Amino acid sequence: MVTSMSTAADSDRVADLAKQVVADHDPKAVPIPEFLGASFDAGLSWVHFPVGMGGLGVSRGLQAVADRILQDAGGPVPLGLNPMGYGMAAPTIREHAQTDDVKQAWLRPLATTEDIWCQLFSEPGAGSDLAGLATSAVRDGDDWVINGQKVWTSLAHRARWGLLLARTNPDVAKHKGLTYFVIDMHGPGVETRPLRQLTGAAEFNEVYFTDARIPDLHRLGDVGNGWAVAMTTLMNERSALGGSGSRRGAGTISEAVSLWASRPDLQTPVLRDRLTQLWLKSEAQRLTSERSRATATVGGPGPEGSIGKLVGAELNQQIYQFCMDLLGPEGILYQRYSKPGEQRGEDDWRGPIQQRFLRSRANTIEGGTSDVMRNILGERVLGLPGDLRADAGMPWKEIPRG
Amino acid sequence: MAEELADQPVNSADTGTTFAFTEEQADLRKAVRKFCADNFDEQTVRTLMESDPTFDPKVWARLGGELGVLGLSVPEADGGVGGTLVDQAVAVEELGAALACGPLVGTVYLAIPALVAAEAGPVRDGLLGEVVEGRRTAAFAVADQAGAFDPDAVTVTATASDDGYTVSGTAERVVDGVVADEVLVAAKGPDGVGLYAIDATSTGVDRTALATIDLTRPMATVQFSDAPARLVAGPDEARRVITHALQVGSALLAVEQVGAAQHMLDVSVDYAKTRLQFGRQIGSFQAVKHRLADMLVDLEHARSTAYHAVWALADGSDDPALAASIAQATCSAAFSRISADAIQTHGGIGFTWEHQAHLYFKRATADAVLLGNAEQHRARVAELVLDTADGDRPPKVAVGS
Repeated sequence: MVTSMSTAADSDRVADLAKQVVADHDPKAVPIPEFLGASFDAGLSWVHFPVGMGGLGVSRGLQAVADRILQDAGGPVPLGLNPMGYGMAAPTIREHAQTDDVKQAWLRPLATTEDIWCQLFSEPGAGSDLAGLATSAVRDGDDWVINGQKVWTSLAHRARWGLLLARTNPDVAKHKGLTYFVIDMHGPGVETRPLRQLTGAAEFNEVYFTDARIPDLHRLGDVGNGWAVAMTTLMNERSALGGSGSRRGAGTISEAVSLWASRPDLQTPVLRDRLTQLWLKSEAQRLTSERSRATATVGGPGPEGSIGKLVGAELNQQIYQFCMDLLGPEGILYQRYSKPGEQRGEDDWRGPIQQRFLRSRANTIEGGTSDVMRNILGERVLGLPGDLRADAGMPWKEIPRG
Repeated sequence: MAEELADQPVNSADTGTTFAFTEEQADLRKAVRKFCADNFDEQTVRTLMESDPTFDPKVWARLGGELGVLGLSVPEADGGVGGTLVDQAVAVEELGAALACGPLVGTVYLAIPALVAAEAGPVRDGLLGEVVEGRRTAAFAVADQAGAFDPDAVTVTATASDDGYTVSGTAERVVDGVVADEVLVAAKGPDGVGLYAIDATSTGVDRTALATIDLTRPMATVQFSDAPARLVAGPDEARRVITHALQVGSALLAVEQVGAAQHMLDVSVDYAKTRLQFGRQIGSFQAVKHRLADMLVDLEHARSTAYHAVWALADGSDDPALAASIAQATCSAAFSRISADAIQTHGGIGFTWEHQAHLYFKRATADAVLLGNAEQHRARVAELVLDTADGDRPPKVAVGS
């Protein structure tokens, strides 16, 4: 692939627009929503989106050009402020919302982070086998009536909107009876409860629906086509989770390297080689992300994003395990576990090494377990046959559950 | 400045690896792949590896003269096509995938980059033109410490004679040393270590072929006894020339490992789709599928580091020593693991002489050691990265209160 003339021209245009946004709305001086709103209006939120929807219709690879200028000027990393909004909701809305009015009504407040989004997929009885989920949506006039329970929902307590996958037909095979909706998290019949995790904090939630209502206009994609729509979300999720820092040595590995360098008293040759292996793997993954960005197109991320998710998750665990092994007896000390209701847990990532170590156990589960990631690489990238399925062809309601 | 070498285009404003191949490079890849299919099919490779010599000089000459892929990054003024190291890497990846027989390591990976880096002169110019055209082949008898040059390890000596120089001493385990027409050797003279060219058939050169684990990659002990030699690079530039050759060689070897590893993954995936046990394709079992997925991850990581090293050397966008060591540490480990896992995926048939897996497993074993193994390159990376790391702002550690 050669950098074509048009791409070069697009790149200049993106850079010019970003410089203009920064000049007119100094991110160090104006409120974040104003700055992000200006970026949206300039088409820099998702440059590959259509004009008027926060994009410019140019190659996805050029997002980096915009982000560099916007963030170098002091602008925020929007994915960090509204992760499910930017990473998953936006591409799904863009592709599947029913009208342009609906798209615009959702996308701009999403981009400004005035509306936080969450993702209502996993259930107590449906994790890796997401398509087996049980939350029901029953049509009633112009509305759908929702009953059921979701779990592991980050940011549900702050979200205005939720991406909901629900069962609209229990009499057909599990993948075919699903429909995708956007639900108002402030509406009646939606109850959010904190879920305490092994770090002691409650970064996630359980969400209960009791006769909650959704207008049919807020359905994304056709009735019964929810699985295909969910794939848009999941591919973008994995790609967002796997995207590593573009600077050499950045990201989690930097924590281990600086901890190592600060503690010559703890260094041993065995640990030194272990850290070098982790550094090399981080570097190989960074270069792989760069390579896949270099060949990215206007379309969405492909299954190769699963490499980044798989490697990133396992590396994170290995790096924090290394830090613990370096620290030795010091590593098994802790601050103190927060009590229920005391801390929401958004600070887990920024906590001391021991807390990050505990938090990292979730990395190989959240956003698709590593076992499922390896299935995806095997089946979608290498084209290997799927596993035998005990529930193949059965109507969902006849599948054993437990 | 070491970076200002003839086979390196002037550095542009690029600040990172581009990873983007041109259409011409895609065509080149296709042409080399076709040539390999026609000339290096598995049966031919098996025949050649047990022949003497272990390659077909006529086919080698066509690689040079007809296809022009032996010196792709050699400037036009020196008889090359004036491409970049990226072009050379594209060709090497395909040759590696086929286990193409011939003195690639000695001639293409090491001797040609050394000659390109050396200052122009009759010896260098004449030899470069011949090896690029495939009329002569070369071996590179320079002992390396994990892909880095160590002048103190040079034991061969050079003495000025009436009509040039003579060298004496022994070079151990010289790859392609048996078949090469010319041996480039590092030798210690009164003014320091220089790089010399010796006609392998001349008096005073005694070559003993060594049995090797990888039959496609022959080695020899080469003994010099007052062998007549021509100076290629004097003590003032030999270190730079040899270092450059070893770094380019490391990058090209990494690319060869990627090409061969890709072939092993392809063959394994095909087998997992067609082999039936328990009434189903074995690739549908997660134990098999997940191993293949891990092979894919290793391969893609290896590919990224190998390409990065090639681009770094081609456009000066990264420290060449670090980029080469990252690539060698990653690719040696990846090809070894992938070729071993390919045998496991095939089960019993993978352990037979008849199946091709062992050819690649043995190539992986040899490649892993050449120009430094993964452990040695990791040690280099540790020196370059960990020993210079800044510990001023370590992450917070909980202290129990």
